[in-house]
Amino acid sequence: MSLLETTGLTAFYGDFQALFGIDLHVDEGEVIGLIGANGAGKTTLLRAITGLLGRLGGQISFAGAPIGGMRAELLVKRGIAMVPEGRKLFPSLTVQENLTLGAYAGRPGAWNLEHVYNLFPILAERRHAAATKLSGGQQQMVAIGRALMSNPSLLLCDEISLGLAPVVIADVYAALPVIRATSTSIILVEQDIGQVMRVADRLYCLREGRVVLEGAAAALDRQQINDAYFGTMAAKA
Amino acid sequence: MIFWIDIIVQGLLVGGFYALFATGLSLMFGVMRLVNLAHGDIIILAAFAALAIVRLTGLPPLLCLGLVIPLMGLLGYALQRLVLNRTLGRDVLPPLLVTFGISIIIQNGLLLGFSADSESLPIGDLTTRSVTLLPGLAVGLYPLAVLLMAALVIGGLQLLIYKTSLGAAVRAASDDPVTIRLMGVDNRHIFALAAALGFAVAGLAGVLMGGYTSFSPSSGPQNLLFGFEAIIIGGLGNLWGTLIGGVILGVAQALGAAIDPGYQVLAGHVVFLAILLAAPRGLFPRMAS
Repeated sequence: MSLLETTGLTAFYGDFQALFGIDLHVDEGEVIGLIGANGAGKTTLLRAITGLLGRLGGQISFAGAPIGGMRAELLVKRGIAMVPEGRKLFPSLTVQENLTLGAYAGRPGAWNLEHVYNLFPILAERRHAAATKLSGGQQQMVAIGRALMSNPSLLLCDEISLGLAPVVIADVYAALPVIRATSTSIILVEQDIGQVMRVADRLYCLREGRVVLEGAAAALDRQQINDAYFGTMAAKA
Repeated sequence: MIFWIDIIVQGLLVGGFYALFATGLSLMFGVMRLVNLAHGDIIILAAFAALAIVRLTGLPPLLCLGLVIPLMGLLGYALQRLVLNRTLGRDVLPPLLVTFGISIIIQNGLLLGFSADSESLPIGDLTTRSVTLLPGLAVGLYPLAVLLMAALVIGGLQLLIYKTSLGAAVRAASDDPVTIRLMGVDNRHIFALAAALGFAVAGLAGVLMGGYTSFSPSSGPQNLLFGFEAIIIGGLGNLWGTLIGGVILGVAQALGAAIDPGYQVLAGHVVFLAILLAAPRGLFPRMAS
């Protein structure tokens, strides 16, 4: 059974329609790559799944229950966590306060402060620093750690490599296998297609608010993805 | 010499009232960026609520605090949750318009219920009791207690905001009311709690003020002005700064009054404007713009 399933999902910003009937499913323990150009609707889709977008059409079900229209703060308690684009750490809070706030929903599970500090030892050293005083890579680690603190069964990662140096991206991505090992499903939004293809089980490519390509990461070749990404050919897998 | 020391000390004590007027206002602005133009009237509303309780039950006014503070807290929670949360957003105008309207509603409601007469809360001989600090320098016990209370309230709020997990949630909701929801925190609830705190402090301020000076349904805006001045002098978002701002305002007014009673309020405004010119962000700015 799918952990998450959207059927004909549509979303609007005011009069502007951002998603046009998205059908997507994520199975338990799966890592999904979500790719697409700027404005393709990737972030909108994540925001719709987390409950941050008010006006949705179609259906979303999570762990067998319909969740369309539920508020974000309730969905966290059901096990959906997001690492938002741009990290969105709370500047007034220290690293540790940011992480602790991530556990506010009170879901039981493997993740706690100690476990996060084991995953990202540098954060333990900087635990009392203001979160926004850290380097970009360290801030990204805080954002990931903060999301993990809610012990999610589905983790949404929005462009976690954005603006980071390649060596730092490698550090951040090194955490993914550990997260997978806790049987957390992951949706990974990335601009960097190569990065996604290395870690994802399946890919969805969005363009102009529609799924234009989907399939097992291993079964798709770069040409297919490029065509879907840029819309140079009608692609369907 | 002792005359001027006396003036300054008396002014300092009055500053405790101004700091209490300002604290709730400062808290609500600090957390929600909401300028509550009805704050002065909320303070007066609390004083009249205490007056009504005194008249109905015969309780001593200060005991009414036990009832007025939770009632004001409830009112703050409900008002924020049902009305003010809906006005928050990118535009700064809606909260100003709505709280301005609430201010008018409260003033006229009080006029209907209590008439335009000046009232005061009978606190008995507490009004006149004093402590002698130096030979020739005695201070009123009541204003001294109020100043200490202001310091206690501000210290307590600081602890709450900077040392507790609820405080962390409040700071985070203030930083980013959208992302906080991804942590499972309902930002509407957090804002309503902050308003409840702000209103509770306003309730305390109103009842304490009612025991010290007379009040009428129209005295709210002046309290609001003094509160604003205390906040701006101390620096936005800094509660200890607000206490110091209140004290500076009190001392300036006392010195003005000593020169000529007509200069009391004017001297406060002049000092406020002078500080605003010299340090536009206040004496102890905390918030990054």
